[in-house]
Amino acid sequence: MADTLHAAGPASDHGHHSATGLSNNKLAMWLFLGSECLLFGGLISTYMLYRGRVSDGPHPSQVYDIPFTSVSSFVLLMSSLTMVLAVTAAQRNDDSKTNLWLTVTALLGATFIGGQVYEFTTFYREGMGFTTSLFTSSFYTLTGFHGVHVSVGVILLLATVGIIKRNKVTGNKAESVELVGLYWHFVDIVWIVIFTLVYLIPA
Amino acid sequence: MAIIERPSSDVATTATTPATVTPTSSQGALKRPVSAKGWREWLFTVDHKKIGIMYGVVAMFFFIVGGVEALLIRLQLAAPEGRILSADQYNQMFTMHATTMVFLFAMPMAAAFANYFLPLQIGARDVAFPRLNALSLWLLVSGGIVLNLAWFLGGAADGGWFMYAPNSGPVFSPSNGVDFWTLGLQIAGIASLIGSINLIVTVLNMRAPGMTLMKMPVFTWMILVVQFLLVFSLPVITVALVLLMFQREYGATFFDVSAGADPLLWQHLFWIFGHPEVYVLILPAFGIISEVLPTFARKPLFGYPFVVFSGAAIGFVGFGVWAHHMFAAGLGPVSVAVFSIATMAIAIPTGVKIFNWLLTMWGGKIWYSTAMKFAIGLVVLFTIGGLSGVTHSVAPSTTQQTDTYYIVAHFHYVLFGGMVFGLFSGFYYWWPKVFGRMLDERLGSWNFWLMVIGMNMTFGPMHILGLQGQPRRMYQWTEARAGEGFFNLGFWNVVSSIGSFILAVGVLFFLINVWKTWRTGKQAPLDPWDARTLEWLTTSPPKAHNFDRIPVVHHLDEFFHRKYEEDTATHTMRPVTDGASLVEEEVRNADEHIHLPSPSYWPLMLAVGISTLGLGVLYGVPVMVIGAAMVLLSSFGWVLEPSVAPETDFEDPSHGDGHTKEIAPLG
Repeated sequence: MADTLHAAGPASDHGHHSATGLSNNKLAMWLFLGSECLLFGGLISTYMLYRGRVSDGPHPSQVYDIPFTSVSSFVLLMSSLTMVLAVTAAQRNDDSKTNLWLTVTALLGATFIGGQVYEFTTFYREGMGFTTSLFTSSFYTLTGFHGVHVSVGVILLLATVGIIKRNKVTGNKAESVELVGLYWHFVDIVWIVIFTLVYLIPA
Repeated sequence: MAIIERPSSDVATTATTPATVTPTSSQGALKRPVSAKGWREWLFTVDHKKIGIMYGVVAMFFFIVGGVEALLIRLQLAAPEGRILSADQYNQMFTMHATTMVFLFAMPMAAAFANYFLPLQIGARDVAFPRLNALSLWLLVSGGIVLNLAWFLGGAADGGWFMYAPNSGPVFSPSNGVDFWTLGLQIAGIASLIGSINLIVTVLNMRAPGMTLMKMPVFTWMILVVQFLLVFSLPVITVALVLLMFQREYGATFFDVSAGADPLLWQHLFWIFGHPEVYVLILPAFGIISEVLPTFARKPLFGYPFVVFSGAAIGFVGFGVWAHHMFAAGLGPVSVAVFSIATMAIAIPTGVKIFNWLLTMWGGKIWYSTAMKFAIGLVVLFTIGGLSGVTHSVAPSTTQQTDTYYIVAHFHYVLFGGMVFGLFSGFYYWWPKVFGRMLDERLGSWNFWLMVIGMNMTFGPMHILGLQGQPRRMYQWTEARAGEGFFNLGFWNVVSSIGSFILAVGVLFFLINVWKTWRTGKQAPLDPWDARTLEWLTTSPPKAHNFDRIPVVHHLDEFFHRKYEEDTATHTMRPVTDGASLVEEEVRNADEHIHLPSPSYWPLMLAVGISTLGLGVLYGVPVMVIGAAMVLLSSFGWVLEPSVAPETDFEDPSHGDGHTKEIAPLG
């Protein structure tokens, strides 16, 4: 895997020499993701501070449906697998497989978002509005931010499929797919942290 | 010339290979323009130098705006029971003065220097992502506009620049000022984040062959450290701003103590960003004078690695001292002790730098140009501010000083005496490089001395005012409680207000100098200061492609070492050629096929889209939808356009001056 990645390197920065051996695009993506860690760090800290402050509203343990969220978490984690398949297909220059796996990844991501929409609606019906308590505000803000990240990821995946299909990639195709993949895996990893801290550890 | 750097022989000779990807047609809704003329040349440019100049113009504009706000504050306090401003206006004035100076002057002005000189100092032809660079600029402009729109729409933000709860809430800030403030800062924050990623990639990936990290100019090093600070601190304030926005717009209660919230949450989030931010402000100035002092002392920088590593150390430790802004908040003895000690520790690398600068000047043949005067001014005034800073690290002392004018005195000494003097030093040092004309030294001298006198008269008395207990942010003082004799508050407030106008006249002299230079300034020689770094190895102003050929670097201070050689017998440096002939030699041996990215419409479009999307939070869903549509459209346009306009769009393939177009890194 490492060799394949390396092999994709030289062409991806248009032959301009790069002192780190990483292409500009990839280095920038890593820096962006590093920054995102702090963004989610701040949101998670806020949630951890406020998860017990429920006022008159429901307590976390009364609303969370762990089996349901476990299934949607599983779906999201599987999308990382299909993303990897898409990246390897792109590195083999196999457009149809790349598009197939990107589409599957997008569908799995969309399924996760569907699950989140369902979950939010259910919570709302159970009396858990955005402003009900500090717990609900921080819960919706944290998971909502993650949901927006997944949605942006789905758009990126589908846009990549469209651009590859029309053969209009302006840079290195394999690397473009890989960059979307980096973002996608990051969003998945953040979800593992959120799922553990928010749902599994009792408040 | 006692200190000599020996040349090293291990120079990487990485040859740049030809480009591989050539897009065949324009894609997206708008064709990528081949070139742009007139105002379009600036609006759609992706050239780091033009972007740098625009950053500078925008920052200077906001420096004047923030300065006028400061003068109004000083007018209000010049006499007892001041009537110039109402209490409400006064609150808006000091909030926007600080916000403007920090986010719309200091950071953009540092970005101006970084954008312009960083690629030149590392021997690159542009930044890594030219279009993102333009996007940063336009987002910053949008953020500045949004922040200041509030003045005309019911009143500006009025909760103080660190916007503590409950001042940020609807009870104490009923106008929309804080709403515009949160939005404007988020937009400006995106600009800084994109800019910082861009510059880090540029430094790490695009240095000229042979330029190892430890051969980089100190200015580039400091900018690199600053960008890392920004990458990891901006997201934290973004969280704080988002939470505040959700509280004000959508009814959440994140900072509402009556609803059970923790008021310290905002303080922690703000200062985890806010403290690295002060190093974001000062380190670029440290970088600038680390270029200026050696040049005008005609000696290499004393202890280059120490200056570099203490800069990095300041960056690291800077992330671990934020709670010293909260000593009065009741954090508990353990936290206070830890943050106290960490804060004292940060004085060590700072002190190291000061001693290095002093020793750089020691024994040098000092040329007291205006740039040098400002640099020495920084060393002196920053040291004063740094010392009062150390007194803040002593928590029991701070509980007395907190929220008094003593604090105001401290941070103006480090920010005005430190940062602003550094930036002015940079103006005088690099003006001939950027505009090809020399700023007038006589006016410069007036500029410097008036600023020194004005700044010490304005901020010096604030130490006394603060220790006498005058709280910051109070909008009036009364004769009855002003005290008597030497410590009379009235006297020192008058001195301070007079000082602020002397300071303003000093700045005015700079503007006159700029105007005069623009009209009748004399042509600058190619190497007016006998400089040391690569940005002088090209014409002034530099050509669009920066260097006629990419320099191969063998030394720290490469340009200096091309002009001077070591006399082995006496261990002194003797000149072998001069800067102008070196530049001429580069022109004679110019590369062919120099590759530059074409201008692009999308950075401006995307910035407008993002801002519209943000304003949708205030003006409703339809505005948000329009903004989102613009963002989506511009993103696709951005992704789909080739990095240069298609071959067929160019009229003359030789491009007139012998340079053919080529593919640049994708922006």
